[in-house]
Amino acid sequence: MANHVKYRIGKSRVFQGLTILLAFACVVPLIFILIYILQAGLTKINWQFLTNLPKPVGEKGGGIANALIGSIMIILCASVIAIPFGILCGIYLSENKKSRLAYWSRLCVDILQGVPSIVIGIVAYFWLVKPLGGFSAISGSVALAIMMLPIIIRSTEETLKLLPDSLREAAYALGMPFHRVVLKVIVPCGISGIMSGVMLAVARIAGETAPLLFTAFGNPYMSFNMMKPMQSMPLLIFNYATSPYNDWHDLAWGASCILLIWVLALNIFTKVITRKWKVQL
Amino acid sequence: MESTIVKSINYNAYFGDNHVVKDVNMDIPRNHVIAVMGPSGCGKTTFLRGINRMHELIPGATAKGQIMLNNEDVMEMHPIFVRLKIGMVFQRPNPFPNLSIYDNVIAGYKLNGIKLPKAEKDRIVEHSLTRVALWKEVKDSLTKKGSFLSGGQQQRLCIARAVAMEPEVLLFDEPTSALDPISTSTVEELFHELKKNYTLIIVTHNMQQAARVSDRTAFFYMGELVEYDITKNMFTNPKDTRTQNYITGRFS
Repeated sequence: MANHVKYRIGKSRVFQGLTILLAFACVVPLIFILIYILQAGLTKINWQFLTNLPKPVGEKGGGIANALIGSIMIILCASVIAIPFGILCGIYLSENKKSRLAYWSRLCVDILQGVPSIVIGIVAYFWLVKPLGGFSAISGSVALAIMMLPIIIRSTEETLKLLPDSLREAAYALGMPFHRVVLKVIVPCGISGIMSGVMLAVARIAGETAPLLFTAFGNPYMSFNMMKPMQSMPLLIFNYATSPYNDWHDLAWGASCILLIWVLALNIFTKVITRKWKVQL
Repeated sequence: MESTIVKSINYNAYFGDNHVVKDVNMDIPRNHVIAVMGPSGCGKTTFLRGINRMHELIPGATAKGQIMLNNEDVMEMHPIFVRLKIGMVFQRPNPFPNLSIYDNVIAGYKLNGIKLPKAEKDRIVEHSLTRVALWKEVKDSLTKKGSFLSGGQQQRLCIARAVAMEPEVLLFDEPTSALDPISTSTVEELFHELKKNYTLIIVTHNMQQAARVSDRTAFFYMGELVEYDITKNMFTNPKDTRTQNYITGRFS
């Protein structure tokens, strides 16, 4: 009897140990990636690197200013497209849990989430690049916006679903119409969850390369025209890392490092604002 | 002579095919406290929520018949107007967690986009909080969030929020069932004060509470209004055997 109990305690310990070990194992790859990229990239980063344009092969120096500006513009534009659509759709799904339309759009959102990013790039190519007659930053933004949608919709829906019905009833009982209940009560109470979804979506698309290959295309010069090809961080990394020149490899390492820090900072920032804006129910 | 403020005529309510309130006819006199009691699932809350058209917010819920407010059928009015005239307080205190105590009181104006001068807002806040005996307790922390208060205070804040809209009728859906005994008695004392200006309809499954606070009591059973009488008569001399069984505790 005693042996049997000891055996069971032992089994339980082994299981516990296993969960701890595997939880730790998940952290290891990230730490290695961080160390590796920081080691290789950090030394390449300086003020010039951030403010200069890339130089032709053979010339020393040169930077990634065009890719930084390009990435920021493309992402901002994608956010402007995706945020209103995403949040409104999320509100609809959470307020009409059982309607037929909600069922189908939820299904579509789930499928959209699983569509490979390269496919979205190709679709954007046929929808926008071809009709517009050439590669353009705006078509890249649209492709990225499509990738942001499922993340924003799902996080908005899940956040708002968690708000108690008593809150909606309190608002309706004061004679508030639907749009005011949503805009003045539901959204403000769920703002931290909605914002964290938006931020995560931005972090997610910051490093997307595939949808931009057929759309924004890349550009070795500075460009502010959304209707023309534009450089972006992931495209620069892709093009320069696959080139045969060492100078360009260095630029790619530096850019990877910046992109990594950017995404990391976004994630940490998200955690901070989520905590700060959290409405205590 | 008492005047009738709310009159229910052949009111029926359904959830899908489920007939939960059956042909209720009831006259509710102005400036009275009416208690609605009955066992769980007897339709008392559904009836209450029918009065200010909250019932139909639930998917699949429908209603038939008439609810007259000052001889105007609320079923024909826009629900928003109905709810401005008939305030409601819920079972669990539900102050808006994103608003301060001050803003919670004037939430009905603020969130409906009705602009008021600062002095008027201050007056409404002080007046409403005084009415619910909360002013002294919170006057120095009006900028704090509503969720900072205790459960009993939150419930009084919710009553203040309803009172601030100056409705004619106040509906209470088991307002004290989530409160401790001391907060319960504070809220019960409020009812006596509030009935000077408003008509109160209180759903409760606590018979002692019905006996303590109300002028008239209605007893619901299986969706029917079994008996409706002056509270004293009801508890001393019930006419229907079902009422008798209920108040003597044969079923609950």
